[in-house]
Amino acid sequence: MAVVFDRTKGLTSKIFHYCPGCTHGVIHRLVAEVLEELDVLGKAVGVAPVGCSVFAYDYFNCDMHEAAHGRAPAVATGIKRVHPDSVVFTYQGDGDLASIGTAEIIHAAHRGEKITTIFVNNAIYGMTGGQMAPTTLIGQKATTAPYGRDAEHCGMPLKVSEMLSTIDGAKFVERVSVHNASNIRKTKKAIKKAFEIQLKGEGFGIVEILSTCPTNWGMTPLEGLKWLEENMLPYYPLGNFRTPGEVE
Amino acid sequence: MAKILMKGNEAIGAAAIKAGCNYFFGYPITPQNELPEYMSRELPKVNGCFLQAESEVAAINMVYGAAGAGARVMTSSSSPGMALKQEGISYIAGAELPCVIVNIVRGGPGLGGIQPAQSDYYQATRGGGNGDYRHVVYAPSTLQETVDLVMEAFDVADQYRMPVMIVGDGMTGQMMEPVEFKELKKRELPVKDWITDGTKGEREPNIINSLFIDPQELEDHVNDRLEAKYRIIEEKEVLYEEYNVEDADVVCIAYGTTSRIVKNAIAECEAEGLKVGLIRPITLWPFPHKVFDKITDKTKGLLTVEMSTGQMIDDVKIAIAGRKPVYFHGRTGGMIPNPNDIVNEIKKIAGGEK
Amino acid sequence: MQERVIMAGFGGQGVMSMGQLLTYAGMIEDKNVSWLPSYGPEMRGGTANCNVIVSSDPIGSPIITEATAAIVMNRPSLDKFEDDIVANGNLVINSSLINRKAEREDVNVYYVPANEIAVELGNSKVANMVMLGAYLELTKVVKTETIVEALKKVFGERKAHLLPLNEKALAKGAEAVR
Repeated sequence: MAVVFDRTKGLTSKIFHYCPGCTHGVIHRLVAEVLEELDVLGKAVGVAPVGCSVFAYDYFNCDMHEAAHGRAPAVATGIKRVHPDSVVFTYQGDGDLASIGTAEIIHAAHRGEKITTIFVNNAIYGMTGGQMAPTTLIGQKATTAPYGRDAEHCGMPLKVSEMLSTIDGAKFVERVSVHNASNIRKTKKAIKKAFEIQLKGEGFGIVEILSTCPTNWGMTPLEGLKWLEENMLPYYPLGNFRTPGEVE
Repeated sequence: MAKILMKGNEAIGAAAIKAGCNYFFGYPITPQNELPEYMSRELPKVNGCFLQAESEVAAINMVYGAAGAGARVMTSSSSPGMALKQEGISYIAGAELPCVIVNIVRGGPGLGGIQPAQSDYYQATRGGGNGDYRHVVYAPSTLQETVDLVMEAFDVADQYRMPVMIVGDGMTGQMMEPVEFKELKKRELPVKDWITDGTKGEREPNIINSLFIDPQELEDHVNDRLEAKYRIIEEKEVLYEEYNVEDADVVCIAYGTTSRIVKNAIAECEAEGLKVGLIRPITLWPFPHKVFDKITDKTKGLLTVEMSTGQMIDDVKIAIAGRKPVYFHGRTGGMIPNPNDIVNEIKKIAGGEK
Repeated sequence: MQERVIMAGFGGQGVMSMGQLLTYAGMIEDKNVSWLPSYGPEMRGGTANCNVIVSSDPIGSPIITEATAAIVMNRPSLDKFEDDIVANGNLVINSSLINRKAEREDVNVYYVPANEIAVELGNSKVANMVMLGAYLELTKVVKTETIVEALKKVFGERKAHLLPLNEKALAKGAEAVR
């Protein structure tokens, strides 16, 4: 009998701890498949964040380094500078990257660090229990925004891809989503492109992936996917913000 | 090898490179700037990498990454910047990675001043970051000793897989003295088979991590890994200088540049017939507790001298365990103790005035 | 033998390099040496000073509280350091720029018109070497030849042409206090 599908070698056999309906699992698999398809698992070093994906080091089947909250791009910088031929990626959520780690991500991009950042934006702090993130939408409720996010009180949601696309060293910036199958395919393409750009040594690459958090959003998985589509897509438009061709 | 006249901050850099340190991540702050400047000039010549980070926080996390990747790596700062690095130091200690951290101490708290101080003793020896951890702290008093200890620090860091800190002050950083780069006694260093340089498909993945979500696992990690090696270090790595401890009316305790001022004061007292001893801790952690057992009943009291309001004095009190009164003389904020004031303090203790 | 000298002036007078040169020469002669500068904002255009110790015994504190000599290049330096000299110590005053006399009567005071001598030699920048020459003549801490040897190393080939001028300045300084 022919094998039509097999588990990617990029993931360990450890069972994910993620909640039902969480899209981290999908994104992990996409990253792992890309690493396998590019045949770089043997020289990959991943940097895990603090947040729901804190245990990413147990799931990716390559060398992993667990960073402090927000510091993954700095840790990745240290690794990449020591081993320029390795393939270094950070996997970060929106609390990690867009709040406590803004300096680190901006300056990794600014230096044009030859690393790849997988940025999972689900508009909320997941692991700590649903607090407001910089990316939480206006009116969206969170445990620290019980009346809904108010722009007057805490500003408008931060658009990370738009912001990073103003930086020269960021050679690849693309926002994608995993709310349905066709977008999941596009997400994989973007992740692959970002890693290829690192392999070519062109500079910093980031893929912002709109993701769901049914648990903290208080929805079923299906409602979550629908909510993402109806609420996040209008504010966080999908698309490529920078590619090397455009930069040059 | 012939002696070279070098500025302290630059001598630290030169010693690091001699010890095989090829990576340096830093951020500007007075009075340590000559060190990153030196590294930015010299590391490219040895195919190394100097990177000026966006903050001290980023710099120490770059060190965390580079150390995990197996490099000999260093960072430096001065007091307020060192406060920012504490997060990373705690992670590095927790993940058991080797690196060398230099603190050229200036007065505090807050922005404080830029003149020499020793007011970061607690921060250095008590663990400025969170959690149950320690790291070796060297406090050299001359530039020759600084150079020797910086080179040793990289070996010690590798041997025990832990951060090692060099504590100097504005004076050590800025002054010039002749230094000689000597060959170190070789230590048996373990193979770094835990680094993140890619599996090459030849081994299981390595994971650098300080997270142990299961309390029992964390307790085991702290006790069986960290504490166990701290006990070995307390046994094997204590360094100090002692002078006339067993036959002294007064025993002074001082480290770093302050110990040099105390030596002047002791010489003056001896000229007047007083018997004064000195204990100079070279490792602030592990602290040289055992040498205090040599202090005899003849001694009237101990005098701790620091460029702070009194921090190391806590360790002195622990070491002497109530056997003798412990007195303190200190200046702070960047002010430097005057030898004459120290002489007066010694005389007061010797004469029973205190 | 222990010589503890404070050298002071305003930024740009070559006070720091004068100190380093003496330290370097001391090292060449296999003596114990240390050089400690003032640092920080006061270095940006204000007064600068350094403490140099040259000693046959190991050096304790690199900070000078009781100087065996002071070389002062401007008025604020004289005001600041005159009291730090031990009795019978040496005080070398740059009389070109300092318009008052020393107040101390228990130290040996020498007035050297360093800037005028330097200008006569063709370059006001060697006023520091004039002062150093005078100081060496008085104390003989290191040999003048050793200073020249140190200068050669500091200058390298690129600045070797400056050597004769500096040697002359050292000699003129020595002459001024002979």
